[in-house]
Amino acid sequence: MIPYIPHTDEDRKVMLATLGLQRVEDLFQDIPERHRKPAIDLPPGRSETEVLRELKRMASQNTSAEEVAFFLGAGAYRHFIPAALESIVSRGEFLTSYTPYQPEASQGTLQAMFEYQSLLADLLGMDTVNASHYDGAAALAEAVLLAYRAKGGERKTVVLSAALHPEYIETVKTYIRPFGLQIRGLEEGAWKPEELERVTDESVCCVVVPFPTFFGSLVVYRTLCMATHQKGALFIVSVDPISLALFEPPGSYGADIVTGEGQSLGSHLSFGGPGLGIFATRGDLLRRMPGRLAGVTCDRKDRNGFVLTLNTREQHIRREKATSNICSNQGHVALRAAVYLSLLGKTGLRRVAELTYRKAFYAAERLGAIPGYRVTSPSPFFREFVLQCPIPAEEMVRRLQDHRIIPGLPLSRYYPDRQQELLVCVTELNTKEEIDRFADALAKVR
Amino acid sequence: MATKNQRIHTVEPFIWELSAPGRVGASIPEADVPEYPLPGEIPLRTDLPLPEVSELEVVRHFTRLSRLNFSIDTHMYPLGSCTMKYNPKVNDAAASLPGFSEVHPLLPEDLCQGSLELLYRLQRALETLSGFTAVSLQPAAGAHGELAGVLMIRAYHLDRGDTKRTRILIPDSAHGTNPASVSMAGFTAEQIPSDKRGNVDLSILRQRCDDTVAGLMITNPNTLGLFEENIEEVTGIVHEAGGLVYGDGANFNALLGYLRPADVGIDVMHFNLHKTFSTPHGGGGPGAGPVGANARLAPYLPGPIVRSIGSETIRSNGRKRTEGAFQGHGSRYTLFYPEKSIGRVKAFYGNFGILVRAFAYILQMGGDGLRAVAEHAVLNANYLKHLIGNRYRIPYSRPCMHEFVATGDIAPGIHTMDVAKRLLDYGFHPPTVYFPLIVKEALMIEPTETESRQTIEAFADALLRIAEEAATSPELLHEAPHDTPVGRLDEVRAAREPILNRRQTEKLEGTR
Repeated sequence: MIPYIPHTDEDRKVMLATLGLQRVEDLFQDIPERHRKPAIDLPPGRSETEVLRELKRMASQNTSAEEVAFFLGAGAYRHFIPAALESIVSRGEFLTSYTPYQPEASQGTLQAMFEYQSLLADLLGMDTVNASHYDGAAALAEAVLLAYRAKGGERKTVVLSAALHPEYIETVKTYIRPFGLQIRGLEEGAWKPEELERVTDESVCCVVVPFPTFFGSLVVYRTLCMATHQKGALFIVSVDPISLALFEPPGSYGADIVTGEGQSLGSHLSFGGPGLGIFATRGDLLRRMPGRLAGVTCDRKDRNGFVLTLNTREQHIRREKATSNICSNQGHVALRAAVYLSLLGKTGLRRVAELTYRKAFYAAERLGAIPGYRVTSPSPFFREFVLQCPIPAEEMVRRLQDHRIIPGLPLSRYYPDRQQELLVCVTELNTKEEIDRFADALAKVR
Repeated sequence: MATKNQRIHTVEPFIWELSAPGRVGASIPEADVPEYPLPGEIPLRTDLPLPEVSELEVVRHFTRLSRLNFSIDTHMYPLGSCTMKYNPKVNDAAASLPGFSEVHPLLPEDLCQGSLELLYRLQRALETLSGFTAVSLQPAAGAHGELAGVLMIRAYHLDRGDTKRTRILIPDSAHGTNPASVSMAGFTAEQIPSDKRGNVDLSILRQRCDDTVAGLMITNPNTLGLFEENIEEVTGIVHEAGGLVYGDGANFNALLGYLRPADVGIDVMHFNLHKTFSTPHGGGGPGAGPVGANARLAPYLPGPIVRSIGSETIRSNGRKRTEGAFQGHGSRYTLFYPEKSIGRVKAFYGNFGILVRAFAYILQMGGDGLRAVAEHAVLNANYLKHLIGNRYRIPYSRPCMHEFVATGDIAPGIHTMDVAKRLLDYGFHPPTVYFPLIVKEALMIEPTETESRQTIEAFADALLRIAEEAATSPELLHEAPHDTPVGRLDEVRAAREPILNRRQTEKLEGTR
């Protein structure tokens, strides 16, 4: 018995008789007979109890961030998620609805999208935010393609800061390969504004920088942004949204496109997905923007309502000339972000960011003071910093496992020549006691 | 609305209209570490224009918004090619186990064997169901999987030094995202017409196939809900010309346990886990669009993907042994990049929370259960087609698969949109409208297997009553919907003067 197929024997009999058929297989005659109904090597179905038992067994093989002192970030961050958020977003009316193509039956989803677009536009200081992209990496890749097309397809060089998340760089490479674009900046290891400016010329369609960097560093980009514009290129910033509760948003110094990973706004680590691709542009790039947009309009009785709008940019209307092929997005994760920003609000988000900043600073002070260890981040930093270790960082991670501490990311995972560096992440969820315990353990394992 | 200096007035106020200075909606702990000044050299922000709302008001606001929606949990939602089947709640329970939801993607592999095992076993389950050699779970949505698959086709040809192949053929009955995916992969898209039975026109396909064709993207069953009767000839023609065949797997629900696409010559295909494998649509996403490939294209899959160490044997024909591998016990799992991978298409390994849900569904259904899914989805569609066939024109009348296309021009002056909007008054979400483009006034209807005979009959009744109304009181249709929070909305106006966020409403209102 399968609870998701409601048909009784009687139902099947009546339905088949109505269709004048003997067996349901008769409906599959168009499938070539020699390939029809192959053996399927899957075990028989199981009850809900058995399924959950099996999944709990698998889940128990993982180390959850809740059971250890946790200092790993590097693109996926653990922040406070209010209980009210889970309660709201698990409502079936949000979770089990489709893309709001029938607006009269989808005003809830559409208004929530509109509020997400509004809250993010305000946080980023940008004109327009779309209803979401897949994740921070894919959003950045499509931003680069947007810049390439906006410049008429003639500027075939992209300047990428070497301090972008390595997986974002890989994703950009995948997306731009068909168009033959060249990358500059990476090989030189350029990430400081003056280094990036040096490699930017009239062949460049866009300059792409992270804020904060993959290593947690805060960089002032105002001058670089101006220099980029002087060369006729677009300036793209990949942001962490929480840091923007404290620091000047890219919109206020003239960024053309802002992308980012919004998982930190109320979503779980969930082994890296679903994330939330933030995608924002300034005014005149709107019509080149990929992805859905909710907008205000009115009905025949002059009542206001929301619809998906500017659809002529999109694949289902514009076909092969669309700005992107994106269709399904990360709508429910965007809803989480909207609810998160609504619950935390002006005061709460600022406090989360301040606590994160202070605790990371405290941790850096404690850890950097241990003989043999040194914080090498060019200060200042937000949430993450690089700790130089006296032994290979991977080995250190192994040793701290016995202390129930996940101390961070060995940079050797992405940079083979950086064996003794650890990227440490501290958020408002890490207590002083945890940080002290981390420092004590580190002092012992050196 | 919408004249200058007038307030926008929505059914539910905006969240920022509920705001008052000093209110908070969440409690954050006091600092337990010393205070450090913010860095002087980094410009700080001067204002943070976020709302200030109490927790209760936030809960009520979003709860009220949710009630303005139709959803599977509240209404039948027969959107063609979207497979709006029931989303089992146990899937959500599984995804929210802390051992999944609180697990970081960059943990040492020893500490996330549970996640890797799940990914591995899901890869194997999809391989088993499709006949493909390998699967990558990375793409976040169907269109994302399409892009990955077409990039794989591109990499394959270039790898062989075959640089002439710049065209990809797409039947006019294919999914809407296909042409845009082709463009994003640097190819030109070219449409192939259908014949009178709704199959790919073979003679035209033959004419168009030469050594500049990189491949064909085919949706099967197609968007008419019809199985491509000449599928092996179609794939044969493309292969003979040196091209590859991409399968759009959005309609895989019809084929579960009845056809492995690899067996009829599909080289690479994406799955929509948010359609076939019951994961929720979330108001537009997140979905998951894993991509599977045969031996020829498997080395090009996006990475990383998961393999098991110690339990895998290779058969003499080069195919992996699959017997029992789905069980997966006793192995160790590790991430790796396929030999000639096109690289990443996003960070980390896919929409894991969605992958957990799909895996839970497969475990619960089992092989026979999944075959029953296809059977009942196809039975429901044919039954519904039969019930309304006298009043609604069905342009292609041969037995359909999981969906079918009818037309909404049921009376003079009545259009598909009128029928769709009137259905809302009867408490049904409308079918997909005006798609596929090859049928004028299309109503594309997919009931799915999770709807009961009673619900199918009630939906058919509503359609038949609407056909009655169309003849006797057409204004009821023209003015529909009557019972929704807002009536038919002016989409032209929305696009002419886009208002896309709060600041733009203020500009429009000009009062604040």
